[in-house]
Amino acid sequence: MTQPHIRLTDVEMTFSRPDGAGEDIHALGPIQLDLRHGEFFAVVGPSGCGKSTLLELMIGLSTPTKGSITFEGKPINGSCPDGIGVVFQEDASFAWLTVRDNIAFGLRRMALDRREQDERVEKALAMMGLGEFADVYPSQLSGGMRQRVCIARTLVTEPRLILLDEPFGALDQQTRLLMGDEILSLWRKTGATIFLITHALDEAAMLADRIGVMSSRPGQLIDIVETNWPRDRDSRIVEEDAFGAVTARLWRSLRVESMKAIGKKDARP
Amino acid sequence: MTKAGLIRLALIAALLGMLEVMVRIGRIDPLTMQAPHKMVIDLYSMLASGKLNKAIAKTMGNAAIAFMIAVSMGVISGLLIHRLRRLRETLDPLFATYYAIPVFAFYPLLILLLGLGDAPQIFIGVMLGFVAVVVNTLNGLDRVPRVLLKTARVNGMNPFETALKITLPSAAPYILTGAKFAVAYSLIGVIGAEFIMSTGGMGYEISFAYNNFDNATMYPLIILILTASITINMLISRWEKSLLKRRGLQ
Ligand SMILES: Nc1ncnc2c1ncn2[C@@H]1O[C@H](COP(=O)(O)OP(=O)(O)OP(=O)(O)O)[C@@H](O)[C@H]1O
Ligand SMILES: [Mg+2]
Repeated sequence: MTQPHIRLTDVEMTFSRPDGAGEDIHALGPIQLDLRHGEFFAVVGPSGCGKSTLLELMIGLSTPTKGSITFEGKPINGSCPDGIGVVFQEDASFAWLTVRDNIAFGLRRMALDRREQDERVEKALAMMGLGEFADVYPSQLSGGMRQRVCIARTLVTEPRLILLDEPFGALDQQTRLLMGDEILSLWRKTGATIFLITHALDEAAMLADRIGVMSSRPGQLIDIVETNWPRDRDSRIVEEDAFGAVTARLWRSLRVESMKAIGKKDARP
Repeated sequence: MTKAGLIRLALIAALLGMLEVMVRIGRIDPLTMQAPHKMVIDLYSMLASGKLNKAIAKTMGNAAIAFMIAVSMGVISGLLIHRLRRLRETLDPLFATYYAIPVFAFYPLLILLLGLGDAPQIFIGVMLGFVAVVVNTLNGLDRVPRVLLKTARVNGMNPFETALKITLPSAAPYILTGAKFAVAYSLIGVIGAEFIMSTGGMGYEISFAYNNFDNATMYPLIILILTASITINMLISRWEKSLLKRRGLQ
């Protein structure tokens, strides 16, 4: 088990302008990162620092301009390997399918008997608190609920590595803490590796084993904070002193970067 | 029915009533236009006698074929053109000016090429409807959220599967808009062509009746065409509406 679950080596991403005019955008990197099997890793960083770009590289949606990424020892090139599940930052629910059919979407493409598929869908509906909305269309749900549909759609395929891009962004703080508990219990049950992008420092501090702090663009990992939480933690961890210490450290690392991101030139540490 | 719907209905009824009165008091010559009630009676006896069934079947059949070709080819072409950026850039200005082309001008040429059968008429119907379907399909495809395409890719879906399960369902309301145009255009194309030169069909019968002052045939045929076109259009509209409603858009 010395091999990391996913490994990023010298990963960099530069977007060139399609029309050739203007400067290329150096969006990310260089990044070195090993995720251990079964760990809960969170990434925080100022807006526009390249978090979503990083995620798209990890699922093969785009290819890094430099460096390489391997998942379970095999290089990722151009397509998303089986075993990785992703929830995007934007609402990706299918407007023309009911909540139940949305959740079953990825599952139906798997070689799995129908009864097992249906069971998984029902379980996911219950877990995400969508039971009574199973037969409605996403347009009848709030943004936060639609995001839960997308999370459920990913979870039912039981990925070994789950990537979440600000999945709780549209939720209120209370629901967010409770959804965090759900994710934690799911993480414990499945033993999956989780990579969570968030802009909420407290969310990262509460959920993750390790938290990567990214600089403003081009995003680089400027700090990695170990939380040392027990595996059976839940949202009540926010009451502890250690929690305050973790958030404080995150903020210390991020403050300057965040000021850069909103264009404050005279940022002082 | 909504209030607007009731007013619309009342307006149509008023116009028909006015027409009825005008014809009866002799302000409109019955040789020009018949009273609406007479048209309905004539329509009934025409259908009951069955003497024009062949013409009706020919026109409706050809229009249906033109419609289906226009929609299926239009959607497939839309999907292809959408994927090929260069082609799209070349074609877009042509689409924008397409309906400036008087398609019927090509009809004699089409007869030379395709013969005197039904083919040239169907071809005209397709020519008219096809581009409307392509343009609306492209419009719908442009609006498919990028994140849905990303979802397709991470699910390992090939282009064909992506089109079938993601892009077409997502663009469906726009494609239906194109289909509505195609209904009208395929009827216009087929009937218009029959007017100009053919040996049968509703267009031919209307023009024949016109030349012989046979209003008892001409008006019922016109009513029949109107009814068919409006009914199909309304059915598609209803489908379109239910899709939009499902998406919270109406
Ligand atoms: N396809 C692209 N072409 C050009 N530039 C891009 C592209 N995608 C992202 N960028 C640029 O790369 C930078 C990083 O974008 P990214 O979406 O990864 O940020 P982010 O950290 O996810 O931000 P947020 O927290 O707001 O979601 C931005 O400056 C963005 O404009
Ligand atoms: Mg982002």
